[in-house]
Amino acid sequence: MGLRLEASGIHKAYNGNAVLGGCSFSFESGVYALMGTNGCGKSTFLRICALIEDPDMGEVNYYSGALLLEKDIKLRRRITLLLADVGVFNLTVLKNASYGLRIRGMDKNELRQRAESALEFAGLIHKKDHSALTLSSGEARRLGIARAVAVEPEVLFLDEPTAYIDRRNSELIEEMISNMKKETVIIATHDEAQARRLAGRVLSIEGGRLA
Amino acid sequence: MDLVLSGFKQAFLLIIRLDRELLRIILLSLKVSAAALFIAAVFGVPLGAVVGLRRFPLRGAAVSLMNTMMGLPPVVVGLFLYILLSRSGPLGFMGLLYTPSAMVIAQSVLAFPIVASLSHSAVMGVDPVIRQAALTLGATPFQAAIAVLNEARYGVMSAVIAAFGRLMAEVGAILIVGGNIAGLTRVMTTTIALESDKGNFELALALGIILLMISLAVNAVLYLLQRSGGMKRGRSWA
Ligand SMILES: Nc1ncnc2c1ncn2[C@@H]1O[C@H](COP(=O)(O)OP(=O)(O)OP(=O)(O)O)[C@@H](O)[C@H]1O
Ligand SMILES: [Mg+2]
Repeated sequence: MGLRLEASGIHKAYNGNAVLGGCSFSFESGVYALMGTNGCGKSTFLRICALIEDPDMGEVNYYSGALLLEKDIKLRRRITLLLADVGVFNLTVLKNASYGLRIRGMDKNELRQRAESALEFAGLIHKKDHSALTLSSGEARRLGIARAVAVEPEVLFLDEPTAYIDRRNSELIEEMISNMKKETVIIATHDEAQARRLAGRVLSIEGGRLA
Repeated sequence: MDLVLSGFKQAFLLIIRLDRELLRIILLSLKVSAAALFIAAVFGVPLGAVVGLRRFPLRGAAVSLMNTMMGLPPVVVGLFLYILLSRSGPLGFMGLLYTPSAMVIAQSVLAFPIVASLSHSAVMGVDPVIRQAALTLGATPFQAAIAVLNEARYGVMSAVIAAFGRLMAEVGAILIVGGNIAGLTRVMTTTIALESDKGNFELALALGIILLMISLAVNAVLYLLQRSGGMKRGRSWA
């Protein structure tokens, strides 16, 4: 059974400037697109939903069926967020791709296999031994996607996953997203056509609220 | 002029012949500084990392203190340790004054704030997105801190090597607590400081040449490290 995510009354301000003023929504298996102008708070909302930042007010809760899940590391390891500025590690491409598996203590052989197939998918396998810092912006983004899918999350947040990426690779990424049927995928994007192609529902943040 | 020329000639001869006294002095210098560096790194790197990674009350004060301690005048450190270690001092019973151990302690005190402060800067210089990325991939807060520290590894190594350079060139503190005793506590810098006017000009000169070469090597390593670490800023996006 998939995870259901309920955000209720999320408020967030930075240095006294309100960004989110009461966002509520319930997400369950399916693809959602999140739209809105620059600076409206999409990335902030995703970070809060992905449990890597706390809201000032309101709550994010995850449910498995009717069961409310504790917000511990076990839950956090079932969800992943691809950040808008990926944050590649100063390691090889392969070590980046396997990071999430390594910190889960996965066995070396299995880890290597999974990281390599994620890189294969992202079209980066020929660069696996390169330093990740030498990648182009689009390649870095694809590495971010490889790193995220390698951990096989049940809920996947993608912050502008196809920015900087060429058409062919965007299509591959979109195909991957549409294949994640059982999972919950929430994508922040500025591409309206992409939002309509991929998402069952398109949401937008306006004036700090979800509409 | 003649003195200088023949001095250089004798100095080079000492180096080429691998003079016993010369070797012993160089070896003791390296040993004392390496031991001090080891102690300073074992305590300084974790301290710098913790101060860089965690928020706690008086953090700003801790950073200022570390930075201030970086500029501790070696002679003052030497003086304080001398008072502590001298026969009538509180730690006099340990009988450490004028031993290599006293020199190691003095240099550890000098290197510790350098290593801590530069490690702290290295950790602070890591893009905050690294920590976030680690968390999004399922890292525990501790694992995320390790990821940040790992990202700062070139900076931390530079910190340790910079401290080593400072220690090798340091004279004030080890002279006061070591005493430049021939065959026991005589190291490169104290020999140069005290022997050049005792007619042991060649030995001092030979040590000076070696010291310069060590300093050159230290800086070459620093340059290489900073270049590999600089790759991080080589490309930037978003
Ligand atoms: N860590 C932070 N510190 C201070 N201000 C922040 C921080 N993070 C976000 N903000 C501010 O919050 C607002 C919303 O930022 P956010 O990144 O969520 O917008 P966004 O909708 O993702 O924009 P974009 O479409 O440009 O990616 C912005 O005005 C930004 O300056
Ligand atoms: Mg954004």
